[in-house]
Amino acid sequence: MSARSYIIDDREKKTFLLDREVLVSEDILRREMAQIFGHCWIYVGHASELKKPGDFRSRKVAGRPVIFCRDQGGAFHCLFNTCRHRGAIVCTEREGNRRRFQCLYHGWTYGNDGRLVGVPGDDAYAEGFDKSSHGLRRPARFEDYRGFWFMCLDGRAPPLADYLAGAKDYIDLVLDQSPSGRMEIIAGVQEYDVAANWKLMVENSVDDYHLPSTHSTWLNFMANSGVKIEPPKEEGLVLPTKGFAVELGNGHFTTDNINFRGRPVAKWIALYGEAAKAEIDEIRSELVARLGPERARRVADTNRNLVIFPNLVINDGSSVTVRTFYPEGAGKMHVTAWALGPAEEGESARARRLDAFLTFYGPGGFATPDDVEALELVQQGLANWSDDRWSEMSRGMGKEGEQLNSDEHHLRIFWRRWNELMGAPT
Amino acid sequence: MTVATPNVVTRAQVEDFLYHEAALLDDWKLKEWEALLTEDATYYVPPNDQPEGDHRHTLFLVADDRERIRQRIIRVLDPNCHAESPRSRTRRMITNVRITGIEGDLVTVAANFVCYRYRRYERIRKYVGAYRYVLKYAGGCFRIKERRVLIDAHELGSLGSVSFIL
Repeated sequence: MSARSYIIDDREKKTFLLDREVLVSEDILRREMAQIFGHCWIYVGHASELKKPGDFRSRKVAGRPVIFCRDQGGAFHCLFNTCRHRGAIVCTEREGNRRRFQCLYHGWTYGNDGRLVGVPGDDAYAEGFDKSSHGLRRPARFEDYRGFWFMCLDGRAPPLADYLAGAKDYIDLVLDQSPSGRMEIIAGVQEYDVAANWKLMVENSVDDYHLPSTHSTWLNFMANSGVKIEPPKEEGLVLPTKGFAVELGNGHFTTDNINFRGRPVAKWIALYGEAAKAEIDEIRSELVARLGPERARRVADTNRNLVIFPNLVINDGSSVTVRTFYPEGAGKMHVTAWALGPAEEGESARARRLDAFLTFYGPGGFATPDDVEALELVQQGLANWSDDRWSEMSRGMGKEGEQLNSDEHHLRIFWRRWNELMGAPT
Repeated sequence: MTVATPNVVTRAQVEDFLYHEAALLDDWKLKEWEALLTEDATYYVPPNDQPEGDHRHTLFLVADDRERIRQRIIRVLDPNCHAESPRSRTRRMITNVRITGIEGDLVTVAANFVCYRYRRYERIRKYVGAYRYVLKYAGGCFRIKERRVLIDAHELGSLGSVSFIL
């Protein structure tokens, strides 16, 4: 298939249209796996998931089974979970602590650094058989930014820190919640499928335009809980407070909003109860003392949904969620979501953070199921794509200057980058 | 007047109660279902990978106190709860009911369930797992003090969401 542009990006007419074929085509998905997932840095896991040497987690990253683990010396590894002998999955446990991973098929055994350390009956191999070249394979690159580990299948990719570009500042803002700068993944993972193209989750994760219509029951719940949600005061706003869409380079972007929904990190709302006030005040004072009033305000009084291209979302909103998702066919994705909290968080603050998470996020939350419904309805509607070809994404293009979170500027950033990586002529 | 003692509680009584509850949930009679709850009732769906976790330090799928249950009912009955509009049709099969403990007026109960969920144009979703209850026995009838739903699937996966009361 020859490369072509899948977007109509007309800056004069101020219209932006997306070819819906990109959301339904299995051919395009195959090319995405090579050109997007084969070249970009892809999130694997967080350092806090592996606390000790020998700890491991087995998971799929962009459809590939990997072992995310630490060796006896404590170094982090990402190994393909595929036996070098005949290809079986080597580690079948979800998590644990092991010095060795043994393939159950013929017993080839690997160290937790990936080296091949045991081959039953190895005297049957010719002299030239070299164990040291039969260690578990691994992605070409594996690097972290402040505990967020990513892999890249392309050895020529820029270093992770360069790739992340402006997204680093927004990760830093999340980590500033913790007095020691250490946030940890909290136990309990939410893994669920959505019968929709994976790129629809990218859009949905940062699209604040949909909040009033998709999430009116959540807004009602907040009001029922004593949280005052006032209608927008300024013309052009669809949310109670102002928020912006910000481009961060390399296809990354974020919303950056003045908070109205409460924050476990230091913005009390009635939902948390009177008893929580004192502790939230303490958290706030610690922020101000450590970061100064301006930075403390950034951490506590703004909420941000960050997309790291192509498929990592960090929502620092009602709570913090780290969410990643992979295509399983053009019309289906698998979502994995975790909660993130300060490593030193006390019991009551942790419980409040988790409770706040569930008010909005996750398969049993008061908002996420309606997002899932919206995305699945999009996918169902797209069955008409060949006769109703273009999705409309021009919102905000008519304006000079600032772009709101409820505009579609940030969605366009994603699609332009995606289009470029898919080889569209420039 | 005699005080009802849980020692006389039978499995048949518990089964009748669970079948009644299941019928109310399957029929979306959620206000009537709510009347079965104690004033301090809780409703938990632990995450698939930590079924024995504690909701205070583990991210659950659902961890509702009494007020949150009240709000959940308001939400799912609202036509703007899009995930349940039109409402799922559900059908629960409850079996292997056991009384696992009696302490004072509290009766702990375990049961297995299959809950089939149907929505238009969609695949059938089969939720399989175990219910664990703490029932309060008073005045000759049961009230639900704690309701815990353990899902057997290793991940929620194709079940998608728990947007109805499971």
